[in-house]
Amino acid sequence: MRFRLDVEQRAFAASLDALLTAADTPRVARAWGRGEPAAGQALWSRLAEAGVFALAVPEAYKGLGPRPVELAVAFVELGRHAVPGPLVETVTAAVLLAGSGPGTAERLLPALASGETLATVTPPGPAGPPPAREAEAGVPGPAEGPRRRPVGTHAPHLPEAPLALDGDTATLRLTWERDGVRRSPGHGPARPSLDPARRLTPLTPGGELLAAPSPTALAWARLATAAQALGVGLALLDRTVAHVGRRHQFGVPVGSFQAVKHRLADAKIALEFARPLLFGAALTLRPADVAAAKAAACEAAYATARTALQLHGAIGYTAEYDLSLWLGKARALRTAWGSPQECRALVVSARDRRW
Amino acid sequence: MDLEFSPADEEFRAEARRWLHAHVPREPLPSLETEEGFAAHRAWEAELAADRWSVVNWPERYGGRDAGLLRWLLFEEEYWAAGAPGRVGQNGVQLLAPTLLEHGTEEQRARVLPPMATGEVVWAQAWSEPEAGSDLAALRAKAVHTDGGWLLSGQKTWSSRAAFADRAFGLFRSDPDAARPHQGLTYLMFGLRAPGVTVRPIARLDGKPAFAELFLDEVFVPDEDVIGAPGQGWRIAMSTAGDERGLMLRSPGRFLAAARGLEELWRERGGEPSARDRVADALIGARAYQLFTYAAACRHLDGEAVGPESSLNKVHWSELDLALHETALDLLGPEGEQADTDWAQRYVFALAGPVYAGANEIQRDIIAERLLGLPKGRR
Repeated sequence: MRFRLDVEQRAFAASLDALLTAADTPRVARAWGRGEPAAGQALWSRLAEAGVFALAVPEAYKGLGPRPVELAVAFVELGRHAVPGPLVETVTAAVLLAGSGPGTAERLLPALASGETLATVTPPGPAGPPPAREAEAGVPGPAEGPRRRPVGTHAPHLPEAPLALDGDTATLRLTWERDGVRRSPGHGPARPSLDPARRLTPLTPGGELLAAPSPTALAWARLATAAQALGVGLALLDRTVAHVGRRHQFGVPVGSFQAVKHRLADAKIALEFARPLLFGAALTLRPADVAAAKAAACEAAYATARTALQLHGAIGYTAEYDLSLWLGKARALRTAWGSPQECRALVVSARDRRW
Repeated sequence: MDLEFSPADEEFRAEARRWLHAHVPREPLPSLETEEGFAAHRAWEAELAADRWSVVNWPERYGGRDAGLLRWLLFEEEYWAAGAPGRVGQNGVQLLAPTLLEHGTEEQRARVLPPMATGEVVWAQAWSEPEAGSDLAALRAKAVHTDGGWLLSGQKTWSSRAAFADRAFGLFRSDPDAARPHQGLTYLMFGLRAPGVTVRPIARLDGKPAFAELFLDEVFVPDEDVIGAPGQGWRIAMSTAGDERGLMLRSPGRFLAAARGLEELWRERGGEPSARDRVADALIGARAYQLFTYAAACRHLDGEAVGPESSLNKVHWSELDLALHETALDLLGPEGEQADTDWAQRYVFALAGPVYAGANEIQRDIIAERLLGLPKGRR
């Protein structure tokens, strides 16, 4: 039993950290959010050269994978630097396509590994048919129009078709439909996200059938999201620690106050206990392990975001300040690829949980 | 990177499981915080020790198996999964023994450790004083050198297990003129039934005498019961505080077993959806603690210091334990009020977790200052 990253894995993290520090990722993320993806695409190529996407692509299709531990290492760094783009989605697409017929895999996977293709994929839609109970209970459904709604009530918020991340920039767009994964023939206009660097796009359903829906791909999606969220949380903690060390009030650094220290200590605890869940899940890829890692990492990142916002004071509430890039991402990743409640439900219901 | 234990480790685990299956009492023992329960738990320690299961990670010559940290973790997982009794000797085993192994003399180890392993001598800790709690270095109980030994005087309090234990260990001020409060302290062992010692049990929240006040009036302690050099007590007490001991104070196996028990209770009570997230969080928190500890153990075995990271540990397990048992009592509904159930007993025990072994506020200060590098300030 040797449950720690080896020297090469740590060196891989350090090299990505150096690459991303030099790339001025906040500027890249802001441009990406405005719909100017050129800098992001250039960064994407460099990440591909470093092998990031190849980790999810089998060697038979010009990849280096599957290497989920290294992928988790990489995604922590991508989150730490707020790298924009359909990162998790490209990994998920790679795992979906690796399970398709050899023709499709051969045709599409090498370009994912090399970074030529940015892929996106909608998450699987909500299970079961849309709710019809409101009509039975006498509450007017949406079809009956808002004018008949009783005073003081709202139209029920029915689930929409899932949106895909960055469908306007991705060149391979997949819809995860009940009967299989299809290549989407087109996309609608991007809608804003609470993470200013994420562009949410509706995809046109019903294109060419490429692969079967795969629980393995969902596990990879959740693992990568958990890793990215952990990185986001670590960056928020680092930036906040630096801020409260610099910022003086009452003649002393605000970081010397116990109320401030203890919130940061709690953030540190949450992040450091999410980390082993993440790497444990990378080793097993069992759905329950991955769900636990996703829930813990996203909760830790979000709690750290709340702490970061509070301890930065008003400056943290501005769009201009770079902290906003990580604050928004912590919120968005929480519900991407499995909400906290879905992940917790999976932990208690999973038959494959060995703990 | 892997999570696979070697075949030899798995054989060790299986051997422990077989032994526990054959020996763990079918009915829970009476509470170890009662006279009757204390005696029953002491007898259980002797049964464990007879087959060398009481202190598996100790050297063989003192009653252990030289099993190492990883196998100790496996043993603990099996121990708590088997529903085995609480460990009455843990103060000595977890706090005093590592100090003796690191700083004691061979004579002390040979004399003190074997009867500790069998439960023949149960140890209480004597750290806190009425005016020295979180600020332990403010302690005032004194040790005055005399012919062939020391005379201890003063008051200790919140001394866990002292109501029924045999001996105690703690820090005493041997040089009142030392320049700083952390200096001039000496680490000593003394008998709780020695002349000059008065033990006054203190009832914890549920009325059981789980701890005690100790009044010491010129209690004689021979020189051979000083650990390390006189005046070096603080350094000795703290040297193992953050390291292996921080890893071992509460094993992950205990919380994994408790979380599985909570899950079972939740299912028995109909699997109420509103409690599902709390049950999941107990399971996730216990698993996180297990994996965190595996990782820390691997770093420790590689010779890296664990140090202040054990403060992360302490806050995590103590809050996990409390939340888990609160959830259990909530699931029990009106029955949750009954004090004599296992869940209620463990809940009362869990309530103390955030306070003892370094209050969680102190741990958070340590995390903020030593792990995050925030500036020191007034507490």
